[in-house]
Amino acid sequence: METLLNDFSPGLFAVQTVLLLLLIFLMVKFAWKPILSSLNEREEGIQGALDAAEKARREMANLQADNERLLQEARLERETMIKEARQLKEKMIAEAEADAQVQANTIITQAQAAIEGEKKAAMAELKSHVAGLSLEIAEKVVRNELSNKDKQLELVESMLGEATLN
Amino acid sequence: MKIFQRSFKFLALVVLVFLSTTIYANTSTEDGGQVDTREEVDAYIAHHLQDSHDFSFFSYTNDEGERKHAGFPLPVILWSSEGLVTFMSSEFHHNDDGHVIVEKNGLKFAKIHSKIYELEAGATAVNFDAEHHATNASRVLDFSITKSVVGILVIGLLMFFWFSRLAKQYKNKKIPTGFGRVLEPLVIYVRDEIAKPNIGDKHYRKFTGYLLTVFFFIWLLNMVGLTPLGFNVTGQIAVTACLAIFTLIIYAFSGNKDFWVHILWMPGVPYLIRPILAVIELVGTFVIKPFSLLVRLFANITAGHTVIMALIAIMFVMKDSLGVAGATGLSFVLSVLIMFIEVLVAFLQAYIFTMLSALFIGMAVAEHDHDHEHDAHGHKIPDAQDVRGDFI
Repeated sequence: METLLNDFSPGLFAVQTVLLLLLIFLMVKFAWKPILSSLNEREEGIQGALDAAEKARREMANLQADNERLLQEARLERETMIKEARQLKEKMIAEAEADAQVQANTIITQAQAAIEGEKKAAMAELKSHVAGLSLEIAEKVVRNELSNKDKQLELVESMLGEATLN
Repeated sequence: MKIFQRSFKFLALVVLVFLSTTIYANTSTEDGGQVDTREEVDAYIAHHLQDSHDFSFFSYTNDEGERKHAGFPLPVILWSSEGLVTFMSSEFHHNDDGHVIVEKNGLKFAKIHSKIYELEAGATAVNFDAEHHATNASRVLDFSITKSVVGILVIGLLMFFWFSRLAKQYKNKKIPTGFGRVLEPLVIYVRDEIAKPNIGDKHYRKFTGYLLTVFFFIWLLNMVGLTPLGFNVTGQIAVTACLAIFTLIIYAFSGNKDFWVHILWMPGVPYLIRPILAVIELVGTFVIKPFSLLVRLFANITAGHTVIMALIAIMFVMKDSLGVAGATGLSFVLSVLIMFIEVLVAFLQAYIFTMLSALFIGMAVAEHDHDHEHDAHGHKIPDAQDVRGDFI
């Protein structure tokens, strides 16, 4: 301890104090302040650039997601539309079929009715024709009867056999 | 930039002229100059560890048996009983045991073990007592430009030149080129690894300038101490004391209310213990902390220089037992190895000094009543700052 104290030079201490104060002052003013502020500026710049890049990346991703979503929606819409169209088509076909069926049925019914009517008319005409014919025959028979009784009977019978109604 | 280059060239020129005109082969009065025995080695080491009043590169004994010194003298500036006295150190003729008396302004001065003594009036030679203390002379205030002061000036100028050039570079470009590229990471290292974590993000900016200055100052001076120029600036207790006192002043004056409350009236302990704690804290803050700073640096550098010189001295001390080649080889290998360690120590001590300074400043400006995060039960969750606060 005594050597330590003996080695301590107050003069050197004073000189060192003055020089260190001066050095600190000069270094802070001309070196550390500009260096540290430049470093800070640069680091902030780098951070800003990184942030901006990150933001751009995120925006890009958002945009891509949006595109994807739009595309998906369009696809869905198309599918729905196709599905609806198909359903509509099927419905229309079914309706048309039903309509056609109904119409066909009506036409058939009408045709049947017409045929029936025609048939009846034809029957009636035939009947009246047959009646006329019968009358003619009857007339002829009656005329023959008047000449020959046996023959008259024979005639009637043959006539009747022929006219077993069609 | 240009101005700096020009001024640096000018400075180099001045130094060169100074060197070329004043390098002198001075014949000294001391005899021998040989270092052979253990005692001589011890004396040589002790002599080197002290500050010196002239700058000598080497000395030799010529064919006529005269001791020659190559180097240059430095100005001696004394505050004596009669006021300011200045002369060149060459007037002592490299004598270091008080035999050469320099007379100035009617006062007599002698240099004993690198310290200048003023002789009492009427005395013509220094008398020594049994313990080799001067009895009729007293030490004077010595503001000389000693070798250490030269070292401080050179390193200061070098630092200023390097870092102001680095600062200038940022005006034109974002990334420095050349030597600035080496310096920049060091600045960032001190800022991010020493200043920020120890002082905290809020206050670190104010103290970083001091920490950077001290870090590079100590580191560079430690490094020139390892060169054969033989500087031993950071091994001067006056220099380390000055550095430690700067740190003390900074943390004492930037301490906030919490800092003083924790020293003088520690919260959370019984009232009876508080005054005792206050005494301990006061001693710790104003004596132990700066003392530990100054002694750590001084002791490490002194030890380093002593060990290196002792290992080099193996060459002389052991040449009888190992032979010249063996002793030289052993000394060479060991001193190279220890030199690597000393390069590490040079950095480490600069780092530790700066780190502890930052830590002490950080304690002084730490805010204890900051917002705490609370856990589910409403208890405070201690954060890093609290933990640090608890330990220091």
